[in-house]
Amino acid sequence: MNQMTPHAQPDPIQPSAVSVRGLRKRYGALEVLKGIDFDARRGEVVSILGSSGSGKSTLLRCINMLEIPEAGTVTVDGTEIALIAQRGGGRQPADARAMDRMRARIGMVFQDFNLWSHKTVLGNVIEAPTHVQKRPRADCITEARALLDKVGIADKADQYPSRLSGGQQQRAAIARALAMNPTVMLFDEPTSALDPELVGEVLRVIRALAEEGRTMLIVTHEVNFARDISDTVVFMNEGVIEESGPPEEVFAAGNNTRLARFIEG
Amino acid sequence: MDFEFLGQTFLKLLPGIPVTLELATLSLLLGACLALAFAVIRVRRIRPLNWLVIGYVYVFRGTPLLVQMFIIYYGLAQFPEIRNSFAWTYLREPYWCALLALVLNTAAYGSEILRGALLSVPRGQIMAAQACGMSGFLLFRRISFPIALRQALPAYGNEFILMIKATSLASLVTLADVTGIAARIIAETYRPVEVFVAAGTIYLAISYGLILLVRLAETRLNPDQRDPAPVARVDAARKEVTP
Repeated sequence: MNQMTPHAQPDPIQPSAVSVRGLRKRYGALEVLKGIDFDARRGEVVSILGSSGSGKSTLLRCINMLEIPEAGTVTVDGTEIALIAQRGGGRQPADARAMDRMRARIGMVFQDFNLWSHKTVLGNVIEAPTHVQKRPRADCITEARALLDKVGIADKADQYPSRLSGGQQQRAAIARALAMNPTVMLFDEPTSALDPELVGEVLRVIRALAEEGRTMLIVTHEVNFARDISDTVVFMNEGVIEESGPPEEVFAAGNNTRLARFIEG
Repeated sequence: MDFEFLGQTFLKLLPGIPVTLELATLSLLLGACLALAFAVIRVRRIRPLNWLVIGYVYVFRGTPLLVQMFIIYYGLAQFPEIRNSFAWTYLREPYWCALLALVLNTAAYGSEILRGALLSVPRGQIMAAQACGMSGFLLFRRISFPIALRQALPAYGNEFILMIKATSLASLVTLADVTGIAARIIAETYRPVEVFVAAGTIYLAISYGLILLVRLAETRLNPDQRDPAPVARVDAARKEVTP
């Protein structure tokens, strides 16, 4: 089956932006990821679909090591994070600093926004650039204001997150991730915690980023949105990738009943 | 009630205020530093210090402060090792014994307050910091601690007030704080009611000042709760155009 082969072929000259090989993750007796192979080229927009419990969020969290996989490798922008066996099972990063450096190059947007509640929107956006990248504060502020303008909440810069609507908080969180100028953006169900009327404003921002040619991995339940903006759609089920390819192929009628059922909801 | 005597007593008690304030301030400052260290040890489960802190907190929360103060003041002198060590220059002074007891006592309570606050920092906000490449002390200093501090402040404000009042026990190891002077006046005049009313008024005034300070700190640290909430949600809904 053509659809079963990964859409993104590894490019021998340009390394993949993200490359995942043989990824396995379990929580106790439950195996969440059962050997995932996955590539995303530079500039590619990949949507990861699947019902809850299919392992799609876990896959995303393994890419920036918020979850440490038991087996397999993750390579981001040509750099693999070495994992070593831990006493009492599991693995841990061989070099915590190397992991921090890698995470600084991966932007992540969470389902629950996770803005820092003790900082203003502007404070949230400049926090990591000033303290992780240690760039001059004035530069960071200028850039942050431009980013907030881009996501349409320039007027909220001095507000605290608790004063913002969900959609505004998520857009602030996207600006926060962009401020690190990441090579890859990860979106973990960015609209699932939003009221229906606020979903559109966040999707519009993500769509604009996709059109800029950023490498993005998006875990989402918004099937139509995924079909519209993705170069590649990945369908996961019970810890394996069942379908992967351009949206028009993956969504072609009748090639996977589970996928069809998922799309119908 | 003899108001003239009350007024005179009040004036006589004033010189005790600096001692009371000094004991309270020093014990709270030193106690808070210890409490933070203990709380981090507990939250991070740094062994074997973790078990030591658990035992220490159990002992100091489970026994009266007065008993702790007496044990330090009367008990430590029994050990020749202590009498011969440099610590004896301090530990033979009632002031330092009282301070030590107050510090160790408030550190035990404070560490539990801070531990709870650190544990209540939302996991997602820590993950967001990790995802940005923060870890270790940077993450603690910039994210976990500031959030925990805001969480802890109301409970810690309570501890401040309890400590102001707890300093009165120092009078029982001969210190001339407000209560110490009061006890002396009572011994001379046999008029406990007026004297204690005057002393109580002073503690009340100090506590009031402290309550104001804590409230000021709370509004400073939580500017988002200072003004009534604007109608952000309504705004957003109005701006929203269907995609």
